[in-house]
Amino acid sequence: MTDAAVHNDAEHNVHASSSGISNVKLGMWLFLGSECLLFGGLISTYMLYRGRVGQGPTPSQVFDIPFTSVSSFVLLMSSLTMVLAVSSATKKDDRGTTLWLTVTALLGATFVGGQVYEFTAFKSEGLGFGTSLFGSSFYTLTGFHGVHVTVGIIMLMALVGVVQRGEIPGSKAETIEMIGLYWHFVDIVWIVIFTLIYLIPV
Amino acid sequence: MDRYFYTHLSNSGLTVTNTATHTPNTGHGMSNAGYVRIALILGIITALEVSTYYVDFGPLFLPALLIMMSIKFVMVVSYFMHLKFDNKLFSMMFYSGLILAIGVYSAALATFKFFLS
Repeated sequence: MTDAAVHNDAEHNVHASSSGISNVKLGMWLFLGSECLLFGGLISTYMLYRGRVGQGPTPSQVFDIPFTSVSSFVLLMSSLTMVLAVSSATKKDDRGTTLWLTVTALLGATFVGGQVYEFTAFKSEGLGFGTSLFGSSFYTLTGFHGVHVTVGIIMLMALVGVVQRGEIPGSKAETIEMIGLYWHFVDIVWIVIFTLIYLIPV
Repeated sequence: MDRYFYTHLSNSGLTVTNTATHTPNTGHGMSNAGYVRIALILGIITALEVSTYYVDFGPLFLPALLIMMSIKFVMVVSYFMHLKFDNKLFSMMFYSGLILAIGVYSAALATFKFFLS
């Protein structure tokens, strides 16, 4: 790369790389690929233990499919609002970016709220973390996912603050896109969980 | 790539033969209306998935659910995460992890005779 190009990169805070692609983005995709292994382990553990209910309730006794379907739809739609936030950021529309990021965070919070309600309902129906292997593997899997969503919400809210103050270094669209990739990943993990854990009976 | 990169080079009289900068994922050719259409399709597929809980699909139940799940997964990854329009290296990174996970955990489940039960 020429000196002029290096200068221009510094000027616009763009990360140069010998591969010609963004290192940040490459790192994010690598991270998401590794997350597949994490959730793959948790999902397969659940699949193995879902029938081991002991004295506790079975999955079909506790799962509330209509409620979880609505939660799933809410999370799915948050992916739409997230991609609209990235689109607004691309157009340098700070107001639109802030609006869609906030809506995404609210939809995510609704999902997490639903999960908390679901856990509380399950607990009252006799399914605790230590009740059975089914309970342990279910709470571990969905709990890990819930934590991921919560981390996503925190990042979205932080992003809203940073966008409003105009403090994002480098390409704002790329920064928002990275958070977006994480958010969409959380959504696709739930797409798998919803089908394999909730809709397919033991 | 910084959208101003070529402009600045052009202004400075330089040409580019090897671009060693990156491409922020901007303007991937999908409009907001396009994203809404994708979301609508995803919503319809979700409704179909949920319908399998109420309607008896017989032997098609499991394959239908798995196919619908896969379609939703690929649609989100391809369009919302822009993998379809992005550098193939990103696809390689992600799908390597995904395929490795599917392979490893399928083998683990097979070891425990999960698929026979």
